[in-house]
Amino acid sequence: MAKPKTFDLETLSLHAGQQPDATTGARATPIYQTASYVFRDTDHAASIFNIERTGHVYSRISNPTNAVLEERISALEGGVGAIATASGQAAIHLAIMTLMDAGSHIVSSQSLYGGTHNLLAYTLPRFGIDTTFVDPRDLDAFRNAIQPNTRLVFGETLGNPGLEVLDIPNLSAVAHESGLPLMIDSTFTTPYLCRPFDLGADIIVHSATKFLSGHGVVIGGLLVDGGIFDWEASGRFPTLTEPYAGFHNLDFVEEFGPAAFITRARKEGARDFGACMSAMTSFLILQGVETLPLRMQRHVENTRTLVKFLDAHAAVDWVVYPELPGHPDHELAKKLLPKGCGAVFSFGVKGGRAAGQRFIERLELVSHLANIGDAKSLVIHPASTTHHRMDSDALAAAGISEGLVRISVGIESVDDLIEDIDRGLHASQKD
Amino acid sequence: MELTVDDRKVYIATGNREIDAALPSVVFIHGAGQDHTIWVLPSRYFVRHGRNVLGVNLPGHGRSAGPPLASIEALADWVIKVFDAAGIEKAAVVGHSMGSLIALETAVRHPDRVRAIGLVGTSVPMPVSAELLQSAKNDEHAAVEMLTLWGHSRAAQLGGNATPGMWMMGGGQRLLERAAPGAIYADLKACNDYVNGLESAKRLSCHALLILGGRDSMTPTSSAMAVAKAIPDAETVILERAGHALLSERPDPVLDLLIRIV
Repeated sequence: MAKPKTFDLETLSLHAGQQPDATTGARATPIYQTASYVFRDTDHAASIFNIERTGHVYSRISNPTNAVLEERISALEGGVGAIATASGQAAIHLAIMTLMDAGSHIVSSQSLYGGTHNLLAYTLPRFGIDTTFVDPRDLDAFRNAIQPNTRLVFGETLGNPGLEVLDIPNLSAVAHESGLPLMIDSTFTTPYLCRPFDLGADIIVHSATKFLSGHGVVIGGLLVDGGIFDWEASGRFPTLTEPYAGFHNLDFVEEFGPAAFITRARKEGARDFGACMSAMTSFLILQGVETLPLRMQRHVENTRTLVKFLDAHAAVDWVVYPELPGHPDHELAKKLLPKGCGAVFSFGVKGGRAAGQRFIERLELVSHLANIGDAKSLVIHPASTTHHRMDSDALAAAGISEGLVRISVGIESVDDLIEDIDRGLHASQKD
Repeated sequence: MELTVDDRKVYIATGNREIDAALPSVVFIHGAGQDHTIWVLPSRYFVRHGRNVLGVNLPGHGRSAGPPLASIEALADWVIKVFDAAGIEKAAVVGHSMGSLIALETAVRHPDRVRAIGLVGTSVPMPVSAELLQSAKNDEHAAVEMLTLWGHSRAAQLGGNATPGMWMMGGGQRLLERAAPGAIYADLKACNDYVNGLESAKRLSCHALLILGGRDSMTPTSSAMAVAKAIPDAETVILERAGHALLSERPDPVLDLLIRIV
């Protein structure tokens, strides 16, 4: 039977979560720049506090502008709900704090954004939450690392810097056979390229700073609940299945069913940790999301052209992009990421550290900075910047060669990008 | 709270409160393939306002043991067994969609046990398309998708949830996906087979409040008005632009209306 027709992603990107403002008729999402909200009377106040009526109390917990963004990203991902956070890091932290206590354990891909690696490897252990890092291509390593106190399996759709394509369907099976949820950082791919819930994931996090907002003007994150995982059957998540004294003995699974996780994350985590998004930030991310499908198409189109150009360039040793036949995950990428493998990739400049440095410094259109996912093209050379203290052995241990350049391809004219990069590569080869 | 009815486990959500026979009671009955969680907001309100709240999980739904019962009439008699097991003498009975048929039939068959009924997103009869029935019979995911899509107004399909950050379509779909195999079909067939509802409605002796969605494509207002006319003491409120999923599309207006009868 044909699937019933719902709104397409392109339409949801523009409309989901928002109805024209009932009072003013405003078509755009208003920026509700307010800390708090007037109650009609004392019973109305009590009923909102006690989750009997809908509404907002305080913008740390919820805000009408944020709510539109949260609902929109839920719609795009096919989840039940979301929370907008101060950053992608805050989204990951909120998820972990909602699920576990001191003494818990995470099994994570070792190919992570550096900030996430810092959180898992150095900071959370101080609070009694440890992580075992494994090769993202090794499903048995994930399985073997699971302990009785493991509470989460975690990875990124595309690893950093090797662009390992995470085998989400099979990894979710590994997690689920142990009664664990799978959380995916989908920042590199966005729902335009990959919808992890459709592949078996249970929780999604985004750094909305990147492609979702798309213009490099805000810091923000999103935590999305798929509403799929059976917390009760797992039996490992008392924060969701047992009465919570911090909210009048509310049992989140009993009362909210599929929305238990995201409801606890808001009623406890947003309330207590307070890493909320500002309404202005939400507004700016919403402007970006409106054009997400168009931008991602162009990002991928430009990336494919640049990958082809660099792969054939005499000054380039190697290019890592899953659509290249030589990439170890080429076949998996065709299956899981048919619309493209994102717009961030690495390549090696011949000549090592010094050549990489000369390349970067010759660029005039492509910006040298530490970010990805801007409409403008961005580039960084770890060996001369973020990892400049490391010698070649230490770099190799971190999976970074001296000539490695990471580029986040923007939506400029690809001819102009090629010209700028070509000048840089020629300069890189001159001593 | 767990009860035993017909030797089977029955789960009712009471808001973590013991039943107090001295308090007025309200029984909430969910629709096809769902469970008590659709009533979370009004349940929490009425618990705080001194009511016994019994959010039932029908047989074979949520945490209640199966199998599902095959007819609205059987489910109505089962509701009274829940009254008995919980120690409730009389209650307001509020149902959504299929639950509204059960509420109606319960009040007609057991008039001394029901003080008022609330029919949310109702129509009598409640025919189900052959396409949906067949899909549900085969336990196809398309049945879940049809119910989710048709269960929401076109506007709600784009969102604008009053509950901050929640995506109605996703929440509705996930709940239906949790239904036990065969449960959705059993429910839809029971709705489709309930053909004597208008005759029952004429015999209703208690007050009925009908809460309808003006853009409800599953139980259109035109069909609901027939039962409104048949019920001797009925009050009908149409929430404009709302679809069938009134508890998620218009939670606050629905609560304000239910306060009148609960």
